[in-house]
Amino acid sequence: MNTALELKNVSKSFGLVKANKNINLAVEAGSIHGIIGENGAGKSTLMNIIYGMHRADSGEIHFGGQHVDVRSSADAIEHGIGMVHQHFMLVPTFTVLENVMLGTEGGLMLRDGRGAALERLLHLSETYNLKVDPHALVSDLNVGQRQRVEIIKALKGGAKVLILDEPTGVLTPQEADQLFEILKVLRDDGVSVLLITHKLSEIMDITDTVSIMRQGEMVGHRKTSETSPQELAELMVGREVLLEVDRKPAKPGEVRFSAKNLGYTNAQGVVELEDINFEVRSGEILGVAGVSGNGQTQLMETLAGMRHLTSGSLNILGTEVTAADQTDPRIIRDLGVGHIPEDRHTHGLVLNFEARENMILGFQDTGLAGDGKLFDYTAIQKNCEDKMAHYDVRPPNPRLNAKNFSGGNQQKIVIAREFSANPGVLLVGQPTRGVDVGAIEFIHKQLLELRDAGCAILLVSVELDEIMSLSDRIMVLCDGQNVGIIDSAKADRQTLGLMMAGQRQEAAA
Amino acid sequence: MADFLYQLLLSFDATLRIATPLMLCAMAGIFSERSGIVDISLEGKLLSGAFVAATVAALTGSAWLGLGCAMLAGIFMSLIHGFACITHKGDQVVSGVAINILASGLTIVLGIALFKRGGQTPSLPREDRFTPIEWWGVDMMDSVPVLGTIYRQLISGHNMLVYVALLAVPLTAFILYRSRFGLRLRAVGEVPEAVDSAGISVTWLRYRALIVGGALCGIAGAYLSIAQGGNFVREMSAGKGYIALAAVIFGNWKPLSAFMACLMFGFLEAATTRLEGVALPLIGEVPTQLMLAMPYVLTVLLLAGFIGKPRPPAAIGKPYHK
Repeated sequence: MNTALELKNVSKSFGLVKANKNINLAVEAGSIHGIIGENGAGKSTLMNIIYGMHRADSGEIHFGGQHVDVRSSADAIEHGIGMVHQHFMLVPTFTVLENVMLGTEGGLMLRDGRGAALERLLHLSETYNLKVDPHALVSDLNVGQRQRVEIIKALKGGAKVLILDEPTGVLTPQEADQLFEILKVLRDDGVSVLLITHKLSEIMDITDTVSIMRQGEMVGHRKTSETSPQELAELMVGREVLLEVDRKPAKPGEVRFSAKNLGYTNAQGVVELEDINFEVRSGEILGVAGVSGNGQTQLMETLAGMRHLTSGSLNILGTEVTAADQTDPRIIRDLGVGHIPEDRHTHGLVLNFEARENMILGFQDTGLAGDGKLFDYTAIQKNCEDKMAHYDVRPPNPRLNAKNFSGGNQQKIVIAREFSANPGVLLVGQPTRGVDVGAIEFIHKQLLELRDAGCAILLVSVELDEIMSLSDRIMVLCDGQNVGIIDSAKADRQTLGLMMAGQRQEAAA
Repeated sequence: MADFLYQLLLSFDATLRIATPLMLCAMAGIFSERSGIVDISLEGKLLSGAFVAATVAALTGSAWLGLGCAMLAGIFMSLIHGFACITHKGDQVVSGVAINILASGLTIVLGIALFKRGGQTPSLPREDRFTPIEWWGVDMMDSVPVLGTIYRQLISGHNMLVYVALLAVPLTAFILYRSRFGLRLRAVGEVPEAVDSAGISVTWLRYRALIVGGALCGIAGAYLSIAQGGNFVREMSAGKGYIALAAVIFGNWKPLSAFMACLMFGFLEAATTRLEGVALPLIGEVPTQLMLAMPYVLTVLLLAGFIGKPRPPAAIGKPYHK
């Protein structure tokens, strides 16, 4: 076997946290190698070590059989490593060409290297079907195009190993398929591709070999053809998990929550939501799908009262809300709406407050917290202990600051708080973002239980699998508009992908 | 009418002299801020430069040595700023204000210790200063109407540092937009991660930007104390560093626009001196304090979004964490 990249006993700590423990990894030349693991398993840290952004505390890196000391990204680039980061490393005010030139300008003056860089860019763009206008400003490009620029950047020096960190998170399924085609061409050209992901389906679809990480350790290496999603999931989590949600058919009741011609225009005059119509009934989940950044955040915040709708109206459990009403989250909450915000760190929790205080956030005026004037900490403590037990929050310590819980347990605190209030309507944003597989299973079960108890749930998520497995009906947003609402029984990835790209489905529902 | 035009010409001439330190400091500010470092310490660097220039010139009798040491002083102050907010990722505004306070106090203490004149440095004889340069053919041009006067008053007859400042503007623009250093500098002020992942050191790049800025501030300081003036007077920078920073913001972090802003602010000050006690038709007597506050007022209006929309470098003020 011809090894392109090999890691031997690589370890890295950040303070007391061991991000990588004695990692061994071998990547064959001309193959697509997947690295899979939950959020926080140490995948990104490991890739940053290979790419020289972080330095390993101990261990060796070999490129093409040769031991090298990678001190900086410049070293890694020199040894033929290219990386496409999860968050794009592009300067939006620069043109595509300027972005590609950065770091390899080819002379003191930009004039000296511009011609050669342009030629190289066009050559790569032609060879690998990476279509992009070299003179366009990056700020004018869409996400898919930006990713192509990143790939060109990574390949410009003749990379032998290409690392992609969670590349499909921001893409529609079709764009992801295009990306995979490009990766296959690269592999056939002898480039080794390292694909970091937490999506099992991607690993199964495209990789040749796969390595599994858990809590900073490498727990297994497999040939993709000899493994199964079930086995991979168990290795990732360390125990058996249910991948499929057991969802009984919905028994929709009365309409509890509806929007009519809802629109939102921001302070700069940009139309962010236009003419949104939907209704959610008691006992059903309406999923909202879409590529991230197509109005989901604005929709959630408008519905929750954090922004004021600018046109149309809402009907919340019989109360009409229009643009003229100066709503705020308090008013919406008092109508019986629960809200699990997309960004739990800024909107769901006060990270520097204790768990017990977070558990009464938004309910601080109610009996949960005391008599309405002074806090009754015995009651607050009791309330938190009960909810932590019921929702399996670990560690069950009400005095621990929220920031010291893992992502999944932070989310469980928010869920415990919101679910216990027994809302008539629940808005849920990205319930499992940054949450480990074990907790995902739990959260999904809780959501379905709440639905079966009669709650009307609106669920926003960028994870298409999540939307498809939980929702009874699916609304697709593209560019702030409702592309259509379809029955989830009739929805498949293909149809949803086309809708996410803005294609309307005729009478699909 | 001719008299009015002549007065206007003299105002332009004064504008140029007042705007010189502003231009140098504004270019310094552009280098630093475009790299992502807030440079409120322009004022302190300017003051340090002025003090060191006058002191060294007084002690050695060489204006050139004074200029060189002023540049080193500016660079030294910049390095303190860099050490606090690049190496140790401190708050850039706090560090900048600290440098201004340090410069303000240190120049007086050292001045008293060295010369015992209450913080002033001794007056320099003409030959130890940068004196106005008479351009070739001024007397010949005098025979040409209008142009001759413009040539004598506006173009010729400034000291060398005024021309240096005028050259600094196109040079800054050229470096920023045409050179490799400029491309990287602009990138690091927008998305430092991109620069890091391209294998370029964010730290070293930002330090270099600060060093260039420090040297420019040093030149501006030398202009104040050994070219325009003949000695150092305590607090002689008198807010010019802040006005230069205002010009950077007013000019949207672009060299040529910032240059125009410097000229405008310079003209306002020049006009103030000339309008003192003069009653204008319709308006009456203009309070000079109001005129002097105009740069700040205009900048606040700009920042509040009344005049166009400023677009600062995206990463400004944020320390870079890997």
